[in-house]
Amino acid sequence: MEKLTPKERMKIPRQKMPEQPPEARRRNFEEVNLGLPLDVARREALRCLQCAKPKCVDGCPVGVQVKEFIELIVEGRFEEAAAKMREDNVLPAITGRVCPQEDQCEEQCVLAKRHDSLAIGYLERFIADYEREHGLLDRYQRATPTGKRVAIVGSGPAGLTAAGDLVQRGHDVTVFEALHEPGGVLMYGIPEFRLPKKIVRQEVDNLRRMGVCFEVDTVVGQTVTIDELLNEEGYGAVFIATGAGLPKFMGIPGEHLAGVYSANEFLTRVNLMRADRFPEYDEPIFDCRDKDVAVIGGGNTAMDAVRTALRLGARRAMILYRRTEKEMPARIEEIHHAKEEGIEFHTLAVPVEFLGDENGYLRAARCIRMKLGEPDDSGRRRPIPIEGSEFDIPLQVAIVALGTGANPLVQLTTPDLKTNRWGYIAVDPETMRTSKRGVFAGGDIVTGAATVILAMGAGRKAAAAIHEYLETGQWAEFQMSEAR
Amino acid sequence: MFPIVAADWLGPDVKRFCIRAPRIARKQKPGQFVIVRIHERGERIPLTIAEGDAQTGTITLIVQGVGKTTKLMNSLGAGDAILDVVGPLGRPSEVQRYGTVVVIGGGVGTAIAYPTARAMKEAGNRVVSIIGARTKELVILEDEMQAVSDELIVTTDDGSYGRQGLVTDPLRERLEQGEQIDFVLAIGPIPMMAAVAETTRPFQVRTVVSLNSIMVDGTGMCGGCRVLVGNEAKFACVDGPEFDAHLVDFEVLAKRNAMYRPQEQEALRRFEQNPQPDLELVQHVCKLEEQCERLAATQKTE
Repeated sequence: MEKLTPKERMKIPRQKMPEQPPEARRRNFEEVNLGLPLDVARREALRCLQCAKPKCVDGCPVGVQVKEFIELIVEGRFEEAAAKMREDNVLPAITGRVCPQEDQCEEQCVLAKRHDSLAIGYLERFIADYEREHGLLDRYQRATPTGKRVAIVGSGPAGLTAAGDLVQRGHDVTVFEALHEPGGVLMYGIPEFRLPKKIVRQEVDNLRRMGVCFEVDTVVGQTVTIDELLNEEGYGAVFIATGAGLPKFMGIPGEHLAGVYSANEFLTRVNLMRADRFPEYDEPIFDCRDKDVAVIGGGNTAMDAVRTALRLGARRAMILYRRTEKEMPARIEEIHHAKEEGIEFHTLAVPVEFLGDENGYLRAARCIRMKLGEPDDSGRRRPIPIEGSEFDIPLQVAIVALGTGANPLVQLTTPDLKTNRWGYIAVDPETMRTSKRGVFAGGDIVTGAATVILAMGAGRKAAAAIHEYLETGQWAEFQMSEAR
Repeated sequence: MFPIVAADWLGPDVKRFCIRAPRIARKQKPGQFVIVRIHERGERIPLTIAEGDAQTGTITLIVQGVGKTTKLMNSLGAGDAILDVVGPLGRPSEVQRYGTVVVIGGGVGTAIAYPTARAMKEAGNRVVSIIGARTKELVILEDEMQAVSDELIVTTDDGSYGRQGLVTDPLRERLEQGEQIDFVLAIGPIPMMAAVAETTRPFQVRTVVSLNSIMVDGTGMCGGCRVLVGNEAKFACVDGPEFDAHLVDFEVLAKRNAMYRPQEQEALRRFEQNPQPDLELVQHVCKLEEQCERLAATQKTE
């Protein structure tokens, strides 16, 4: 069946991802997407035209050799396919689940021009799951030690990727994590139903097996400073990958009411602290059962929060977004899944005030209707409030998911680290070098909130530059004007 | 894993812990706090550092058992271990030479005020300490406070020890008598801190309070600890925990801190009915050593 002509290959329809039915999954935290069965994955892999000059790889921030690993799937050489993928991507089980492939590899796929693109994301997940489920993760060998030590600050996607790349080059890598479990946003931010924590733990354990050391409960900037890591603890280089942690609020009256959360807090309580299993676990969360919950925002985090609230038993779970669905930054798949589950979408509306009861609990949001004006800097049409259109929505829980800013903890105790006017760390975009010798930075703490895969791309780039610096000892200063 | 080196009772439900945490001990300054998680199913709670010793690599925490987690912690002793201790977090107290500094500690707040009182004394201030409690046996750290203060006043609500009344009584008298007071630090229950703020406000004495809002990560990531200060939202974990008492909205703080009362009561009720499941999750240093030995033995046989 491997000897199909391109015409025959193109006749195969894009395979569908099996899913948990909406009516069942809306009340549980089990994974929504179930993964392709083996025969379906091979059929999907057959759709790949094996282009002479594949475009898909250009669409991938870490440069996964898509064509090559797909061919290995077609040949049934799954173990080798996984190894091929891991040459460029240390977290395939994660990216196979949360990457916006439709904007990256799959967007570039030649099939997308006339048919549906190859389901690269599904296949990536398939091969990563195959590897894990067949106990093949412990086959990666430790590299010959170089004796050089690298400290990585933050164990999210950028930190984990850099750790994987550097340990494979034989460096002694320690990852510092402020929370009690490694994974960063993969652990506290992305819900179980999109990315099971078991998978994050297994990827972290895999890095441990390769020799990466994790130090949790360590807030770099507070527990230990960058200078201490470099000068006293013997690290040759530091990679700062702390993410964009500081939640943005709206600054409207009533935001302090009990029942108003940042998406970060709401998701952390459930994902990391398991508040959904209170009282078996101690961390509490506002009891959402039979309550009306609104999430303000239209990104992936907003979708994660609203679907989490639904699973906690909310009577109504809704999205309030100031533009229209077309402008929502969330992945189409996430919006689609949310709607299937019964999430209400209220677009062209934004709260202007939260109203509370006499005990300080939220009881309603006063909203105003919007219309779309001319495009703004982001290229999206600017929302304009319609005067006199205020209306109240009864609510007991409101979750603000309007993005995050730079957390200044590391920068505050590292005065020679230059930042831009939003507080993000300034780097040379090619090498991720900061203004401080031996210190590199990447991920959301450089770019502002972005995606898992972009952070991983930054981690890769930084790892290559750190390796070069450790080997040569050469540090070229960069001009701030070059920094982004 | 953070082993408890020593633990002793200071009063009913108030226990002092000496915990091995070398990195924190080395860095901590008066006014800072740690986040503690006792076992793998535990919640994260902030506790202010009462003392740190870089030499021995230990920190001291003083815990009042009011809810499930603090009562569970108070059932632990030397040889037990706390799963997670993170810090030091928050900004340190602004210690400088002000002149005369009044340090007020209410209940277990005295433990939090103590390191700053000592630092204020070392910075050359005249330190007047006022420590208050409901009743005699809840007065803690009297000797320690005495040692770092030029004057110490003890008040109890019921008059069973020291002077009968509230901590604000001696403060108000001194202010009304025109005594020069340059700085007031008040740490204790929210109503006490609010009362101190109102006492000093007419006299325009700079007054600072340490806020104990609900936290999760303690690094500015969740925003759950936000408080209104001068009508602006501030994060107690990274902007505080100390703030200008005259700008703090104590009513909002009190209401936010009451947000999880039903859950807190349920957790406490379940724990008091049967503490066993929680106690089984607590790590012990001896258990760990056993594990290590077993592991070493198996490796040898391989």
